[in-house]
Amino acid sequence: MTATAESTATASPRRRSVVLRRYAGWIFALPALLFYGIFEFRPILSALSYSFYQWDGVAPTKKWVGLANYGAVFTQPQQLASLIHAFVFIFFFTVLPVSFGLVVASIMRTVKPGPYGTVTRTLLFLPQIIPGAAAGVAWNWMYSRDGFVNTVLQWVGLGSLAQPWLGSFSLALPAVGFVGTWLATGLCSVLLMAGVGSIDPGLYEAASLDGAGAWWRFRAVTLPGLRQQIGVCVTITIIAALSSFDVVYLMTQGGPGYTTLVPGVEVYNLAFNENQIGAACALAVVLALIVMLIVVPLQLFFRKGDS
Amino acid sequence: MSDSWSSKLPRYALLGAVALYSIIPVLSMLSAALLPQNVIPTGLNFTLHPQWHNFVDAWSLANMSTLLKSSVLLVVGVVPAALLISTLAAYAIVILRIPLGGIFYAVLVLTLVLPFEIVVIPLYFQDQAMGLLNTRWGLILPLIGLNMPFAVFWMRSYFLNMPAELYEAATVDGGSAWAIFWKVHLPLARPAVASLGLLMFLSTWNQFLLPLVLMANPNNWTLAGALQTFQNKYGTNEVLLNAGAIELMAPTILVYLILQRHFVKAMMQGAVKG
Repeated sequence: MTATAESTATASPRRRSVVLRRYAGWIFALPALLFYGIFEFRPILSALSYSFYQWDGVAPTKKWVGLANYGAVFTQPQQLASLIHAFVFIFFFTVLPVSFGLVVASIMRTVKPGPYGTVTRTLLFLPQIIPGAAAGVAWNWMYSRDGFVNTVLQWVGLGSLAQPWLGSFSLALPAVGFVGTWLATGLCSVLLMAGVGSIDPGLYEAASLDGAGAWWRFRAVTLPGLRQQIGVCVTITIIAALSSFDVVYLMTQGGPGYTTLVPGVEVYNLAFNENQIGAACALAVVLALIVMLIVVPLQLFFRKGDS
Repeated sequence: MSDSWSSKLPRYALLGAVALYSIIPVLSMLSAALLPQNVIPTGLNFTLHPQWHNFVDAWSLANMSTLLKSSVLLVVGVVPAALLISTLAAYAIVILRIPLGGIFYAVLVLTLVLPFEIVVIPLYFQDQAMGLLNTRWGLILPLIGLNMPFAVFWMRSYFLNMPAELYEAATVDGGSAWAIFWKVHLPLARPAVASLGLLMFLSTWNQFLLPLVLMANPNNWTLAGALQTFQNKYGTNEVLLNAGAIELMAPTILVYLILQRHFVKAMMQGAVKG
């Protein structure tokens, strides 16, 4: 269609003016092309190119090292650990919030619209609004020696479990991960609630008439009806889990040791504290590839069936 | 649904617990922020004599006026420009059907999910080479560019739902592409632009990594970025730290409570489209 329009363009002056107009339209897209090209596309290419060099960011020449930086991503313990932690975070950022969200959405379905539901939804959504950095500070305080978590443990008689959570080599990672759960639960709940709202209520009645209990109504009606919304929640939260930075940087900077190190923080450390630009870029490229390799099939899986 | 209290209560209680869990960290901070400054706070504190002046002290300690100005300048520099540029591009791709527009769009979408981590290091050296490092422009310009994939994506899906005859009719009436954009399409797209603007405001205001890397002077950081300096400097004074952190969160929370409905709607649309 386009090709025909262009090949016959010379034939009639009117046609030519149409084609000219279409090219002139680029004037509208040019600013976007420039900003995107200079500040996103070019940096992506630079990151790719840096990743094949050893460079301290200052020296006038870079040393070509081929794939050595990529080898280090998978052999150097800190970098490898950061990638593993990113996958552990998927449990906290994705699995838990989506499960909680499903529970909340199922309950909300049975609650009459009114102030109670509205207030609950407003509060649930709040963590999504505050800066990730602020969430980090808030939870630093929650986990501190005299903080909320330890106070509650003492109230309920489990004072022996009270400890400085973020200083623990074994518990700091789940503690930080749980902040991700806190951040994502509201978004997932509200998204899933909207999804449940659009399921035909007749389906629930029919299931009840067939003698389905609450669990079977959930499995047979709610879950399939929410396929698309679950897909959205999973996609967004996996991206957030893999590319987390703000919360971890503010809470632990990756410590103690490197037990809470994530790729984002390690990229920052490598580049701006250890002056290993090539290594940092290689890790960033690997991270970007992992995100793409996970998100693209997920989109295909969850979008399949609807058009 | 049965409406007896015995069946309602557990469900309502569970929802209440979930809501409480969402705001406990903020409540815990508030309760600590109102204590006298020489007190070592614990998880949740109830004081009969709230020390409101803690907020005044924290405000000046954290240099809040300067930071507020930096955050506002960043949003003002980024959001309107990014809105205009992305809307124009989506208009060109969908309505004017520019040649190769589809390829441009495909590239944009391909980079939509990439984490900031991959661009932040090259942006540092690029800013350095352009002499923009540690300047406001060195932060504003990249953020406009980084907003493009999502913004064009968002506006494109909106323009796709506009009838094509609209443009043809306006062309027959003798309008230039530019005039038609301003007089026909932009006014019609106002709700989509407004939602997009809200999302951009939030992501720009909460921006943390980019200011951290591209600005040496913490005074130029966003409020979110400044939390870190504040934490390092006053981390030992839990009362003031919490007061300051609450002040740093307050603007977004206020905007959220006022525009709550729009926020939730915009973020959900954004999520579903993304």
